[in-house]
Amino acid sequence: MRQLLSSDRQFKFMGQRRVALVLSGTLILISLVSLFWRGLTFGIDFTGGTLIEVAYEQPVELDRVRKVLADAGFGDAQVQQFGTPRELLIRLAPREGVKSSELSDKVFAALSKEAKGKVELRRVEFVGPQVGDELTEDGALAVLVALMAILMYVAVRFEWRFAVGSVAALVHDVTITLGFFSVTQLEFDLTVLAAVLAVIGYSLNDTIVVFDRIRENFRKIRKGSPEEVIDASINQTLSRTLITSGTTLLVLLALFFLGGEIIHNFSLALILGIVVGTYSSIYIASAAALMLGVSKADLMPAQKEGARLDDMP
Amino acid sequence: MLNKYPLWKNLLVAAVMLLGLFYALPNVFGQDPAVVVSGVRGAGVDEALRKRIEESLSKAGVPPKAMEMKEGRLLVRFASTTDQQKAQHVIAKALDENHSYALTMAANVPEWLQAMGGRPMNLGLDLRGGIHVLIDVDMDTALRDKLEAYTGDIRATLRKHKIRYLTVKAGKLGIDVKFKDAATRDKAQDVLAEEFRNLGVEAKEREGAFFVHLTLPPSEIRATKKFALQQNITTIRNRVNALGVAEPLVQQQGERRIVVELPGVQDPTQVKNILGATATLEYRLVDTEHDALEAQRTGRIPPGSRLYKVRGDGRPILLKKRVIVTGNQITDAASGFDQRTGSPMVSVSLDSKGARRMRNVTTENVGKPMAVVFKETRVVGRDAQGRPIKRQVEEVISVANILEPFGRRFQTTGLDSPQEAHELALLLRAGALAAPIDIVEERTIGPSLGADNIRQGLISVIIGFVAVVIFMVVYYRVFGLFADAALLANLVLIVAILSLLQATLTMPGIAGIVLTVGMAVDANVLIYERIREELRVGSTPQAAIHAGYEKAFSTIMDANITTLIAAVVLFSIGSGPVKGFAVTLAIGIVTSMFTAIVGTRALVNLVYGGKRIKSLAI
Repeated sequence: MRQLLSSDRQFKFMGQRRVALVLSGTLILISLVSLFWRGLTFGIDFTGGTLIEVAYEQPVELDRVRKVLADAGFGDAQVQQFGTPRELLIRLAPREGVKSSELSDKVFAALSKEAKGKVELRRVEFVGPQVGDELTEDGALAVLVALMAILMYVAVRFEWRFAVGSVAALVHDVTITLGFFSVTQLEFDLTVLAAVLAVIGYSLNDTIVVFDRIRENFRKIRKGSPEEVIDASINQTLSRTLITSGTTLLVLLALFFLGGEIIHNFSLALILGIVVGTYSSIYIASAAALMLGVSKADLMPAQKEGARLDDMP
Repeated sequence: MLNKYPLWKNLLVAAVMLLGLFYALPNVFGQDPAVVVSGVRGAGVDEALRKRIEESLSKAGVPPKAMEMKEGRLLVRFASTTDQQKAQHVIAKALDENHSYALTMAANVPEWLQAMGGRPMNLGLDLRGGIHVLIDVDMDTALRDKLEAYTGDIRATLRKHKIRYLTVKAGKLGIDVKFKDAATRDKAQDVLAEEFRNLGVEAKEREGAFFVHLTLPPSEIRATKKFALQQNITTIRNRVNALGVAEPLVQQQGERRIVVELPGVQDPTQVKNILGATATLEYRLVDTEHDALEAQRTGRIPPGSRLYKVRGDGRPILLKKRVIVTGNQITDAASGFDQRTGSPMVSVSLDSKGARRMRNVTTENVGKPMAVVFKETRVVGRDAQGRPIKRQVEEVISVANILEPFGRRFQTTGLDSPQEAHELALLLRAGALAAPIDIVEERTIGPSLGADNIRQGLISVIIGFVAVVIFMVVYYRVFGLFADAALLANLVLIVAILSLLQATLTMPGIAGIVLTVGMAVDANVLIYERIREELRVGSTPQAAIHAGYEKAFSTIMDANITTLIAAVVLFSIGSGPVKGFAVTLAIGIVTSMFTAIVGTRALVNLVYGGKRIKSLAI
């Protein structure tokens, strides 16, 4: 039997919960401060504006393109390389006096004329300011609704202290992931939002597995403090937690390195979220439930379980 | 017997897998770049046309891979997109005006498979290239137009009852009728309330002036908005069809938005121009009793008339407010050249109601001039909130004397160029928009980016999949193989379900599949870790397998249901790219529960079940 961890390991996770809380607290504080001061670099999905991706036949200098755009009256355009030196991303803020949906046509016409047609339009994304506001609202709503629905499910299936614990872990994960995007000022677009929501689902998945075992052990192990029972449960599920996170990270790394520029930030958000989510389901979720005073009595089944015999051969 | 599946369960697993393989199969065949030729205005596609196209293609050196006649359309397949692009122009020349063509990707699925409902997955625009636009319908204008239609009747009613009014003005909230004094106002209020029972009628006083304020009831506001949206959807659909795009999508989204998706479109500029164009025509009689120059100079415009400018020289002209026919009543229009003058013209056909009106008016007014008003809404700027400021441009494009009464068919001249005549004819054919529209979102993906996305998506799925497969075999040995088989089966099932539902696969959708691959093994990891635990506490192999599956089950359910909740929320609230991700994630969760629990158990039972075994390769 190959094993990641020896089967008789007994890490004292709950004993270290204060260290973990300090670490998480610091990360959350940094995230909140950054979110408050710098905010997120929202993509055009949320701010509205125009994004144009073009590919030249030959590698092209950014300054040359900037000059062409400035001459055509688009001095405010942001130009950056996208993947290879041949490909460029051009961003334009919404502007007055020009019909936004025509902006991209004008920009591309100017570039195409200068490059004598040796440039290809790869992608245009235009989002009106109104639509951007709606997407922001819908996105925030989606996160809230998802959290509420999950809170309710866990409260019904387990116990309210676990529900609070799991949501505390989720808020922790979401805050740190958003904080990371704020500190690094990476672009936050719709796909990153989707990743954040996927992180919620994933992190919860992890937490539930641990909680499930805690519940089982509370019912099974007669002696031992809640702290010891929780430690034992986390230890028992630890190799599963690490293996699943590992396999998921494997495919996400494939996506990150090979999936192309468009889903770069998406996979990055997921990678980060899964690392943080794994950590939080070990430390934060259980610690929160413990601190809220979860005990054996809370998890005893309402009816007495009859002795069930397996049909052993 | 422990760890033996009954026959029906094994058959179930086998049946699901067979079905999955069958419906995933169409995706293996790939797609041919193709050109579809179809008839317009009731024309069909016949053998002669097929011959003609075939000959011109072989003459031009781009022989088709295959040609098929199907459902009144001719499908011409090509070996490569380069051939398709070249052939497009050759075919365009070979067609007459009764046929149109469109570029498409034709699935290469064998007949027998198609007959049984086998279809490949729908690829999203980000994978095949194309244009997606979200259109907002300007409901304020729709309401104002609706109110405007009442103003004529209000004037007529007041005149009939000999009540003197000062002005009748329609805004987006209601109509204000202004009176000199309170007594006249009160009298008018009674009359209007009697005549217009469907409107809200109330008396108002503002800055010493006396008004009657008429408003649309909420039910009528709703009906007006609904009509405007429906009418615009119909018009946009007609315009899209006139563009000749294969498999276009025109769909309502919410209460005032329309989504248009056009796969494989090369020229987004042209598409946006045609979609957003609001040009239409109105036919009105010229007011010959008053002097237009005089009216322009003094600003005193005779009641019942409006001042217009003539295109070109900009001289003023007075037209009767009453419209004879509008663009809505035009059933067909074709551009051409006037036989006498050689100038560009549009020949117009009217529906029966329009034709009757036109005949009545022209019969009564032989020898008098009639004018054609060209109406177009242009965006002239944006306000502080970024909303477009629109101005309706109306100009008279032609004035001609009515030589003799006419009805259903006639010509309109006075257009600037053949190009303008052509576009106007297209727009008239497709019908007018009931309310102005504004493009509020656009996503265009070039064909080469689409191909790159598919390639990169495929590579990351394969690499991620292989990495997980290797890890599982190394870590769980034989049981790892079972999990790998389940993972493969899971992929097949996801593809089969996406194909069956004809759901659209997008780049975020591929990301969802990749994520599912990572998470699908979770169920197996949970089960296997349980089995190991059971073995460690001294259970027999058979008992360990049994207990492992049993105990892990509720954990797996809880974990997957919560993720499913997140996926459902994403699907119902999210838009566009987020939805695509949610769909594959949700499907993946459901299929992975089946393959990871039932599927691997069937394999485990087949290999180990019912035997006396000493150890497990786990």
